Amino acid sequence: MNDATGIPQTALVLGGTSEIAIATMTRLAARRCRHIVLACRDTQGGAVAAAHSLRTAGATQVDIIDFDAADATTHAATIDAATELLGDIDMVLMAFGVLGNQADFDADPMAAVAAVNVNYTAAVSCGLLTAQVLRRQGHGTVVMLSSVAAERARADNFVYGSSKAGLDAFSQGLSDSLVAAGAHVLVVRPGFVHTRMTAGMKPAPFSTTADDVADRIVRGLETGAHVVWAPSVLRWVFTVMRHLPRGVWRKVSAR
Amino acid sequence: MASISPEPVAHRVLTGWGNTPRSSATVMHPATSGEMAASLADPPTRGVVARGLGRSYGDAAQNAGGRVVDTTGVGRVEIDDAAGTVTASGGTSLDDLMRILVPRGRFVPVTPGTRFVTVGGAIAADIHGKNHHKVGSWCESVQSMRLLVPSGEILEVTPQSDPDLFWATAGGMGLTGIVTEATFTCPAIETSQVLVDTVRAADLDAVMDAMVTGDHLYDYSVAWIDLMATGMSMGRSVLTRGRFARLDELDELGGATSDRPLAYNPTVRLAAPPWVPPGLLNKLSVRAFNELWFRRAPEHRSDELQSIAAFFHPLDLMRGWNRIYGSRGFLQWQFVVPDEAHDTLRSVVGALTESGCTSFLAVLKRFGPGNAGPLSFPAPGWTLALDIPAAVAGLGPLLDRLDVMVADAGGRVYLAKDSRLDPTLLHQMYPRLDQWRQTQRRVDPDGVLTSDLNRRLGLT
Ligand SMILES: Cc1cc2nc3c(=O)[nH]c(=O)nc-3n(C[C@H](O)[C@H](O)[C@H](O)COP(=O)(O)OP(=O)(O)OC[C@H]3O[C@@H](n4cnc5c(N)ncnc54)[C@H](O)[C@@H]3O)c2cc1C
Ligand SMILES: NC(=O)c1ccc[n+]([C@@H]2O[C@H](COP(=O)([O-])OP(=O)(O)OC[C@H]3O[C@@H](n4cnc5c(N)ncnc54)[C@H](OP(=O)(O)O)[C@@H]3O)[C@@H](O)[C@H]2O)c1
Repeated sequence: MNDATGIPQTALVLGGTSEIAIATMTRLAARRCRHIVLACRDTQGGAVAAAHSLRTAGATQVDIIDFDAADATTHAATIDAATELLGDIDMVLMAFGVLGNQADFDADPMAAVAAVNVNYTAAVSCGLLTAQVLRRQGHGTVVMLSSVAAERARADNFVYGSSKAGLDAFSQGLSDSLVAAGAHVLVVRPGFVHTRMTAGMKPAPFSTTADDVADRIVRGLETGAHVVWAPSVLRWVFTVMRHLPRGVWRKVSAR
Repeated sequence: MASISPEPVAHRVLTGWGNTPRSSATVMHPATSGEMAASLADPPTRGVVARGLGRSYGDAAQNAGGRVVDTTGVGRVEIDDAAGTVTASGGTSLDDLMRILVPRGRFVPVTPGTRFVTVGGAIAADIHGKNHHKVGSWCESVQSMRLLVPSGEILEVTPQSDPDLFWATAGGMGLTGIVTEATFTCPAIETSQVLVDTVRAADLDAVMDAMVTGDHLYDYSVAWIDLMATGMSMGRSVLTRGRFARLDELDELGGATSDRPLAYNPTVRLAAPPWVPPGLLNKLSVRAFNELWFRRAPEHRSDELQSIAAFFHPLDLMRGWNRIYGSRGFLQWQFVVPDEAHDTLRSVVGALTESGCTSFLAVLKRFGPGNAGPLSFPAPGWTLALDIPAAVAGLGPLLDRLDVMVADAGGRVYLAKDSRLDPTLLHQMYPRLDQWRQTQRRVDPDGVLTSDLNRRLGLT
């Protein structure tokens, strides 16, 4: 069960090797999240190290299961396996995602379809499967990793941006649909985060770290927020950005 | 009381008085004792739990994804004046009881800080009042109860017929069955006025000292303590103690009230607004409130006549006051430590004061002896209860740290208030847990009875 301070006792991470997810779960393990399931496409290597560090942080049990976001036909089996291991799932953290490269997408639209399939389609299928679990158990929290890229599409990454926009809208609808089930959805909108995903790229203004995003997520759980931004100033930045005239936006968003 | 007759079964989101954590369940509203008797039949896989008036602060009276039985639809009260006992259905509220009893010269054996609790909730939490040092907790006044268990039987349980089951139900948080009826003693009173002495204590040591030396002179005693006062004023308190006035005293002091010595008409004067702007409660506003309240109290006042409502249930004056904490809600933390551990009490008060977390007045009380209930909360020593907004940063780790101090001092937290305890501390706090589990399993071998509290802490 989630306790009164918003902290789960059990959690499933979809995209269990994500740096943002591991930083988040490290904090939650230290806050008595006792049983964690990491669902990953590669169950060796990074996942094993992550499981080890989560145990060190305080989790009593960490399991690793197979998960391929790209293959929606397998998602039900993944959620079932997690339910089998965890019993009640107090929190599901959806952290999978691929950034891709707009130039590659421009050259190969099928590559774009594959990325959208991971970022958006998988969020839909896993989101709906998770909702079934939460409705059945009558409680729980979903944390959805969206992005500021969802706020306004940019010429140099609009495939990624539009996939996150889809996820973001989906998550808000999911949130409302789960109110009557006593469940809660937290949408996370980070800006540029220094992780594997952005390695080698030129940082955008207000760039931040996985640790900072994790702190914002935990605080969001504590306050019962529906949306958190990381860093929090981006909420105001994007309030402005959203309304910039197109030409101005094209210039400021160009990298 | 007029009420809209509820759907017999409805899917609803439930919370405790603290408005957190929330979960949804199928709520059943039995309207007759026959329907009540069937409420454990064909249980869903996620089990069943009883719910009274939902005044436990945390998640004790909810059962995510399962069934919750609202007991308040069945009301029955019978008074045996000769024996000084009352038999009431489990869903009877103490509010209703007092309206019936007080004009007839009787009072409930124990009352919590609100009268909106049920007889079943009083048993399941084995509640205590300001008179714990004199009469113990609620279940010590219970002579017998009828307990609906998962087999479908209704067992007549007394401390003599089945002491294990009786005491497992006392403080058993609804996990041994549904109390459909109970018979308990109700003390006689000559008037409905309480004769109150008030003392303002400059700091924690002063109030503790006054309680140790003087509580035995009063039937009722409690101190309100300001956890936001720092430095020399740390732990400054207002201690109020009293007993019911006798008829002759009322004649002497009462003026207008003396011609109707047992008059009782508690009123609800205010209602909290349905929506409260976030951030209304902040360090400044709460500090100012506490300051005002402390200054308002007399340094010393004796023999003041107060109504039952004013003395016992000041919070009930404002309906829905829990809403002032906003939609994120709040939690109450209450612990007891043995007398010897008074230093732990000081350290805890120090830590809370130092943390600067926003808290209205906390309640300090000295308990008398505990009872045979393995999960009954009261134990001889000091108990402190305070309300804190749930979203305060750092609250979880702070209370975790304090819980360890409490457990190490031989103390425990109150399950009726809990919503966040580390389950690994449960055994240390309630050393007779295994004994309780044995009895619980005897009446519920298939694990039908459960609640969110139980899932979170692993009681059964
Ligand atoms: C303002 C305020 C002040 C309070 N002051 C005090 C105090 O001074 N001392 C104190 O001890 N407590 C105090 N409490 C707590 C309160 O007395 C207990 O939580 C009590 O159990 C609430 O009763 P209820 O009918 O609302 O029960 P609920 O909150 O609905 O349920 C509480 C527990 O009782 C079980 N239960 C309810 N009915 C039955 C039944 N018929 N059979 C079996 N189990 C049942 C439930 O399953 C649950 O586990 C206070 C609460 C508030 C809000
Ligand atoms: N970094 C940023 O700047 C930033 C900004 C805003 C939002 N986000 C979002 O935050 C989330 C986490 O990103 P991160 O920064 O922590 O980067 P990350 O470490 O690269 O995490 C991405 C995760 O997605 C997983 N993944 C990718 N494709 C998958 C597939 N087909 N099946 C299963 N898992 C797959 C990756 O697994 P592998 O280990 O197997 O690759 C990895 O665990 C993502 O949704 C991302 O879009 C990131």
